[in-house]
Amino acid sequence: MSGMEGVPRRSVARRKLGDGLVRIIAWVSASIGIFAMGWILYTCIRRGAASWNLDFFTKMPTPTGVAGGGILNAIVGTLIITAIAAAIGLPLGFFAGIYLAEFGRTGRVASVIRLICNVMVGIPSILTGVFAYGLIVIAMGHFSALAGSVALAVIMLPVVARTTEDILNLVPNELRESALAVGAPRWKAILGVICRAARAGLITGGILAVVRVSGETAPLLLTVLNNQFWSVDPTQPMANLTVTIYQYANTPYPDLQLKAWGASLLIIVGVLGANLLVRLIAQRGRQW
Amino acid sequence: MVDGTSEATVQREAVVPPRIEVADVSHVASSKGQELATKISVRHLDFFYGKQQALFDNTIDYSQNRVTAIIGPSGCGKSTHIRAFNRIFALYREQRASGEIVMDGSDILSSSMDVLEVRRRIGMIFQKPSPFPMSVFENIAYGLKLHYRLSRSDLRDRVEDALRRSALWDEVKDKLDEPGTALSGGQQQRLCIARAIASEPEVVLMDEPCSAIDPIATNKIEDLIEELKKHYTIILVTHNMQQAARVSDYTAFFYQGNIVEYGETTKIFSNPDQKQTEDYITGRFG
Repeated sequence: MSGMEGVPRRSVARRKLGDGLVRIIAWVSASIGIFAMGWILYTCIRRGAASWNLDFFTKMPTPTGVAGGGILNAIVGTLIITAIAAAIGLPLGFFAGIYLAEFGRTGRVASVIRLICNVMVGIPSILTGVFAYGLIVIAMGHFSALAGSVALAVIMLPVVARTTEDILNLVPNELRESALAVGAPRWKAILGVICRAARAGLITGGILAVVRVSGETAPLLLTVLNNQFWSVDPTQPMANLTVTIYQYANTPYPDLQLKAWGASLLIIVGVLGANLLVRLIAQRGRQW
Repeated sequence: MVDGTSEATVQREAVVPPRIEVADVSHVASSKGQELATKISVRHLDFFYGKQQALFDNTIDYSQNRVTAIIGPSGCGKSTHIRAFNRIFALYREQRASGEIVMDGSDILSSSMDVLEVRRRIGMIFQKPSPFPMSVFENIAYGLKLHYRLSRSDLRDRVEDALRRSALWDEVKDKLDEPGTALSGGQQQRLCIARAIASEPEVVLMDEPCSAIDPIATNKIEDLIEELKKHYTIILVTHNMQQAARVSDYTAFFYQGNIVEYGETTKIFSNPDQKQTEDYITGRFG
């Protein structure tokens, strides 16, 4: 073969047309997505902000039809349910991730666990709720915050395990070998050097997993239910934001509907705050 | 590790290793050509990555307080060979070594030999500087604390000593609390050397320690190797034949997993016995 003389050239005009088309499709798709997000955010802020006042955060709900009051019990309830879920789900997921990245790796057991994790991530959260219902609610004979926390922990577990694995896999093998080469036992090398090198990513992954489950509604409906009254006892039904939104939004009372908007805004602000925190940590982490 | 300072002080006398002051015998050997004490004897070392064999029947003696350079083209098994010495390959389940690597009478590869003890006695420097994600001070203290109970002041002294012997002290003495990763590449590599020698190993393995750093930093490390051999037995894998010629006493030429030739560096570089060695050294292949 010598030269390209006589070989037909591809049309430049067609190439430019294709380029322009793809660019427009991408731009329109992005715009639609961002517009939808912006709309939701705008509506939540506009409606929700109207319900935000000191009472909203510090008072208990008033009896239906009585104006005023707040959702203090639901705010505290969500914090408690999420905290217990994090206390169960984060360590389990973290060590499962360590197993996948450091010990199991390409082995058969690890492959199976990895597959199960991937499937579990995709399971609708209401099924997890049914699982916790069958496991705990039926055994206890009544709804409880604990059952909800377990459901949320089960949702977190595969997410945390996979992110932990992915993040640990980013740590170069040189660091692993260096830690072992100075005579560190495996567990010290993993916890003291490898996880330390990856800590920004690990913390980020953990926060995002907690944030993800803090907005779950379906599994809580089947486990925690809700509670109009003040309760911080994890063995009893507990008030929480998402089920409160679900219930208030279904009432004909404008006052309660407004509170549902307020609770929605609170969750959005929480998610936003957590994401900002994550960015901050990621930036800090880069200095090391 | 729990840092019980009072307890550590009490036990210090008993458990802290004596600073190893090996007699400098270099003048004896170089002037009279006598046989040196053998530190490590490798016998019939085979190595496998899964089913693929990478080393074939490697048999070689490494002399105490000498620098032995391992040279050869890429993929010839240089790194694989020294990675067997501290059993770092055991991190990967598909890698396997057979044969014997005898250090001071006991076989490193035998399962009765504690792997952490092997790694305390045989330090390693890797190709890419890999400081731990902690401060300069902690980078050195980490290995020390793994193996010994030390009082805080003793720890500080030993960290300083290791940094001095790695020719890094003057550059980092005001940055001990800064992250090790904030140092320059050459400094990071000397930090890794300090880390490796802090707990007084007997052998230091170096796997192309200068391939990722600039020429000036390379110079410093070569000077350092010269200095370190007074105390340690050094096995240096290098791509750079000039480096092998400059710093080593002995050179082994590897090709396709076999040790083709092994002898005094001056002889290997001036008058090798094997045609393959000569071809490699003169740049005809590799």
